[in-house]
Amino acid sequence: MPDAAPSAPATPEKTSKLRAQARDASEWLAKLFLSPFVEIGALFKLLWESVFWGIRPPYRGRLFVEAMEFIGIGSIFLVSLTAVFVGGVLALQLVDGFRDFGAENQTGAVIGLALAREVGPVFAALMVTSRAGSAMTTELGSMRVTNQIDALVTMAVNPVQYLVVPRLVAGFVMVPVLTMLFNIVGVAGAFFVAVGLLGLDPGVFMDRLKWLVDWDDVSQGLIKSMVFGVAVTLIACRQGFYARGGAAGVGRATNRAVVQSAIAILILDYLVTSLVLGQGFF
Amino acid sequence: MKFLRRNLAQLGRTPMPPEVKDDPIHVRIRELHKSYGDHHVLKGVSLDIHRGKTNLIIGPSGSGKTVLMRQLIRLENPDSGQLMVNGIDFAKLEGLNLEAMRRTFGMVFQMSALFDSMTVFDNVAFPLREHTGFSRKEIRERVMDRLAAFGVAAAAQKLPAQLSGGMQKRVAVARAMILESEILIYDEPTTGLDPITTEMVDELIIEAEEMFGVTSIVISHDMASVVRIANYLSFLHQGEIAATGTPEDLLHSEHPATSEFIRASRISLDW
Repeated sequence: MPDAAPSAPATPEKTSKLRAQARDASEWLAKLFLSPFVEIGALFKLLWESVFWGIRPPYRGRLFVEAMEFIGIGSIFLVSLTAVFVGGVLALQLVDGFRDFGAENQTGAVIGLALAREVGPVFAALMVTSRAGSAMTTELGSMRVTNQIDALVTMAVNPVQYLVVPRLVAGFVMVPVLTMLFNIVGVAGAFFVAVGLLGLDPGVFMDRLKWLVDWDDVSQGLIKSMVFGVAVTLIACRQGFYARGGAAGVGRATNRAVVQSAIAILILDYLVTSLVLGQGFF
Repeated sequence: MKFLRRNLAQLGRTPMPPEVKDDPIHVRIRELHKSYGDHHVLKGVSLDIHRGKTNLIIGPSGSGKTVLMRQLIRLENPDSGQLMVNGIDFAKLEGLNLEAMRRTFGMVFQMSALFDSMTVFDNVAFPLREHTGFSRKEIRERVMDRLAAFGVAAAAQKLPAQLSGGMQKRVAVARAMILESEILIYDEPTTGLDPITTEMVDELIIEAEEMFGVTSIVISHDMASVVRIANYLSFLHQGEIAATGTPEDLLHSEHPATSEFIRASRISLDW
C-alpha cells in the first residue's frame, strides 16, 4: 500500500493565521454566551439607578400621569379587543373538548382560572409591549440619537429620573390594572360565546367560575403583572435610552426591545409561578 | 440684576470672589486624556479658555473635537487631567456638586437638540421650570424677553419641526442662556447650513457674547466662521493642541498640520 501523502509543513504565517481564526472564534463564542448576562446586568443597573433617582426630589407628577395615560388608558382598546377574542376562543375550545366527556359545565371555572392566573397577565403584558413598549423605545431612541438626552444632562436634569422613572412606575401600576380589565372582558367574551352561541347554562357558567376562582388566583396574576410591568418598561427604556446608530439604530433597538420583552415575559412567568406555587425553579 | 441675584441664590451658587471673577482665563484645561478601549483620542490636551471672549477649537474630522466638547460639559468623564472652571476642578466633581456646576454651562448642539414634543416656548422655559421657583408669569416674561432678544418671539407656540435650521439654532441659544450661564459651548454650529444661515449663526454667537457677556467655546471646522467670530483660536490635531493663540498667530503658525489645514481652507486675514 502506498504511503499517505505527507501534509505540507506549517509555515509561521499559516500558524499565526490559524491562531487568529481560533481567537476570533473563541471571542465570538464568548460574546454569544456572555451577551445575555451583560444585558441582564445592564437592566439591573438601570433598575438600581431608577430606584435611586426615583426616591429623590423633584417629583414630577405631570410626567407620571402622562406615562400612566400613555401606557394604561392608551392600551385599553387593544387589551379589551384581545381579551374578548381570547375569552371567546377559550370558550369554543373548552366547550368542544369538555363535551367529549360531559364536563362542559366546568368551562366557566377553567376559563376563569386560566385568565386570572396565566392568560390575563401574559396577554396584557404582551399587548403593552407591542403598543407602548415599542413606542417608548422609539421615542427614547430618537431622543438619544438627536442629542435630546444629552441636552437634558447639560441642563442638569438627570435623564433617568426624568425619562425612565415615570415610565417604570406607570408600567408597575398600569399593567396590573390592564390585567384586571383583560380578566373581566375575557370572562365576558367567554360567557357570550359559551352561553350565547354554544348554549351553556348561564347560572352554571357563573356558579362554577365563582366556585373555582378565588382571590388567591387573581392576586397571583396581579403579582405576575407587576413583575411584567416593570420588566417590559425597563427593557423598552433600556433599549431606547442606549440606542445608537441613527434611525437604523433606533429601528434595531425597537426590534430588540419587543423580542426581549416577549421572551422575558415568558421566562418570568415560569419563575414567578414556580415561586408563588412553592415548586422551586427547576 | 435682581433676576440674576435671585437666580443665583436659587441655583445654590454664591457670587464669585473678585480674584476669580477678574481672572481673564475662565477655563483651564490641563493634560486631559480620554481613551475608548485601545483608541487614545485625547492625548494630554492643555488649553486656556478666555473669559468673555469667543474661543474657537478647530481641527480636521477625527481630531477629537467632539470628544473634547463632551469632556468639557462632563457628558463623559475624562480618564485624567484637570478642567478648572472658576478655580474649581470640574473633572473631579460628582453628584449634586456636578449638577450645580453644570449650570455654569449652556450647550448648543449641532442639530440644536430641541425637545421635539415641546413648543419653542416650553423648550426655553424648561430650565427655568426645572431649576427655579419662578411663577408662571415670571417664566413667561423671561422666556418671551429672551425669545424676542434672539428674534424668534413670533414662533413661541410652534414646534421645533416647524422652524428652519437657523431659527432652531436661535431657540437653542435662547434655551442655553435662559439660566444666565457663564459659558456657552457650540458644537459645530454651522455644519450643514447654507452660507446665509451660517453667517446668521455666526452673528448670533457674537450677539450672545456682546449682549450677555458670556464666554463662548465654539467647536468647528468651518474656517469661514473662524475669521468672522474668533477672538482666540486653537488647533486640535490627533488629540493634541498643535497651536493656540489669536487667529493671526495661527495663520502664521509653523506647525505643519496647522499651516496645511489653513492653506487647504484658503482663508486669509484680509476679511
